Amino acid sequence: MESVKFDLEQIALRMVNQYLHQEAPAKEGLSVLIESPNGAHAIAAGLDAPIDVVIEGHAGYYAAGMNQQAKVTINGSAGPGVAENMMSGSVHVKGFASNAAGATAQGGLLVIDGDAGLRCAISLKGADVVVGGSVGSFSAFMAQAGNLVVLGDAGEALGDSLYEARIFVRGAVKSLGSDCEQKPMGEEDRTILLDLLARAGHADVDPDSFRLYGSARTLYNFHVDNAGAY
Amino acid sequence: MSHPNDPARASVAAQTLPRFSATFDPGTLSEIRRAAATGIYDIRGAGTKRKLPHFDDLLFLGASISRYPLEGYREKCGTDVVLGARFASKPIHLKTPVTIAGMSFGALSAQAKEALGRGASAVGTSTTTGDGGMTPEERGHSQTLVYQYLPSRYGMNPDDLRKADAIEVVIGQGAKPGGGGMLLGQKISPRVAKMRCLPEGIDQRSACRHPDWTGPDDLEIKILELREITDWEKPIYVKVGATRPYYDVALAVKAGADVVVLDGMQGGTAATQEVFIEHVGIPILAAIVPAVQALQDLGMHRKVQLIVSGGIRNGADVAKALALGADAVAIGTAALVALGDNDPCWQDEYEALGTVAGAYDDWHEGRDPAGITTQDPVLAARLDAVQAGRRLANYLSVMTMEAQVIARACGKSHLHNLEPEDLCALTVEAAAMAQVPLAGTGWIPGHGRY
Repeated sequence: MESVKFDLEQIALRMVNQYLHQEAPAKEGLSVLIESPNGAHAIAAGLDAPIDVVIEGHAGYYAAGMNQQAKVTINGSAGPGVAENMMSGSVHVKGFASNAAGATAQGGLLVIDGDAGLRCAISLKGADVVVGGSVGSFSAFMAQAGNLVVLGDAGEALGDSLYEARIFVRGAVKSLGSDCEQKPMGEEDRTILLDLLARAGHADVDPDSFRLYGSARTLYNFHVDNAGAY
Repeated sequence: MSHPNDPARASVAAQTLPRFSATFDPGTLSEIRRAAATGIYDIRGAGTKRKLPHFDDLLFLGASISRYPLEGYREKCGTDVVLGARFASKPIHLKTPVTIAGMSFGALSAQAKEALGRGASAVGTSTTTGDGGMTPEERGHSQTLVYQYLPSRYGMNPDDLRKADAIEVVIGQGAKPGGGGMLLGQKISPRVAKMRCLPEGIDQRSACRHPDWTGPDDLEIKILELREITDWEKPIYVKVGATRPYYDVALAVKAGADVVVLDGMQGGTAATQEVFIEHVGIPILAAIVPAVQALQDLGMHRKVQLIVSGGIRNGADVAKALALGADAVAIGTAALVALGDNDPCWQDEYEALGTVAGAYDDWHEGRDPAGITTQDPVLAARLDAVQAGRRLANYLSVMTMEAQVIARACGKSHLHNLEPEDLCALTVEAAAMAQVPLAGTGWIPGHGRY
């Protein structure tokens, strides 16, 4: 299997991303190591190939943004918007993630081993996000589809104006947002949770220690009596 | 006629004619009754309907002894414009500076979107997607397609991003700067719902802020990401509603925009609260000069292009916008009218909806008799996309030719050679906003001359 290494202290990010976009797709199974990221923005953004990319250090904003097919591992922490609008593939942050992790992501799996900041999985559109630590306030705001799993605690206004996404939380929830409510966990929900825990490296965690939250669906069509909730 | 002393006439004369209040006029009274009856604010489509300082308040001076005109039918007057050459490796080259503004599939029928693409492509200009993503029909029929990148990210995906000819990061729009959107359930058809990843028939709310960035410093990084993903090929536009144009344009330039789109409060919307449409934002006439000033102060005028929109109706408006320093304009409402919106041929049906042709603005309800602002397949089928596209192409050609007529009369060999010196204002307000002299004087309010 071919492998290639880039050191961002030696080569411009533009050259690396250009290679990942235009040459990597022809090299199936390619393994790419990116060293010295030093918080650079948009590292490995816009990938569309079944390749392995490892970022050895901390990434800035929008690491692996809009990812398709690729498996990206960040051996460090990630700035805002990691894996934003991901379509497929997987992104694994071994450290912490800043705000808006997995924002609007439509597919694939985002795993964050540490905590995630504000607005984690905001406007989620079908992807799966598993956070080993806690998530900040306003997480899963207007989340439309997909699953957010939080092994730690959740901040304020969790799931505000939620659509059809599922939120699983093991720790404390500071407060729920408008139209978000706790729901009974059915067999289908439990199966989804078990699968996500296993894929995120948390197979030893008891799924029954989680609570499920979803949309109460009272805000789906505007009614003046709900005006105070908007 | 009877004598003034006639008792009958004296009786009539003693009566006071019914007098309506200018403050509580019939429209205001009607709105108070409507609000009291329903308990909800009025939502409608289109743009502001109030009278505002506008391009009609400006005139061109034309050539005479001191200025030399160009021959109307013989001498060349260029109309083309290049957009996005600041950073993009593939800037857009349009034959006319009149572009089609962003309007979504969802707000508009698929036929209407196709017609916009056909009409724009026929005359060598661009059209623009809207909230909800790009349809294959739209991409297929649009030679040059600008892809809007909106706060909701409904239907946004990197494949379509790469298919686009330019990317427009939407911060706001003139009809509702600072506001999000609401597409009512009637228009969330199965196809629209699928594209937006939403349940059918629910009211779709669009966020007013982008989910993964806040503020101008973040915007700079977001633009960097979009450029990296598209390998620095696509021009990046930043669209703002006209509120504080000097600062917004300066910040957009600082964030790395290739093109700034500035939408005045006359710009239309698919569905917004009436109070928002009529009371937030400023007219485009008041916004262009501060925007151009910001570009000039940064040394970026003509390097970062300025597209202005909001109430552009004819070639005179185009010429005036360009003379004030814009590089191009965008039309939305006018393009829909060219397709057939509010056409008197549907008068009976407009009356059945409680309105009349020319005043219909309940675009959010999806019952448009013209088949444009609807997802009802029966109504949408009324719009022949080929014929409607042809009407739009005709209209765009007329606007371009009208602008050329004016430019030649001012002695200009290209529309971009028009300048504020070619203009005067009919009102003190317009003179102050456009910073051109009041007609017949050399007085520009704020410039200290007589």
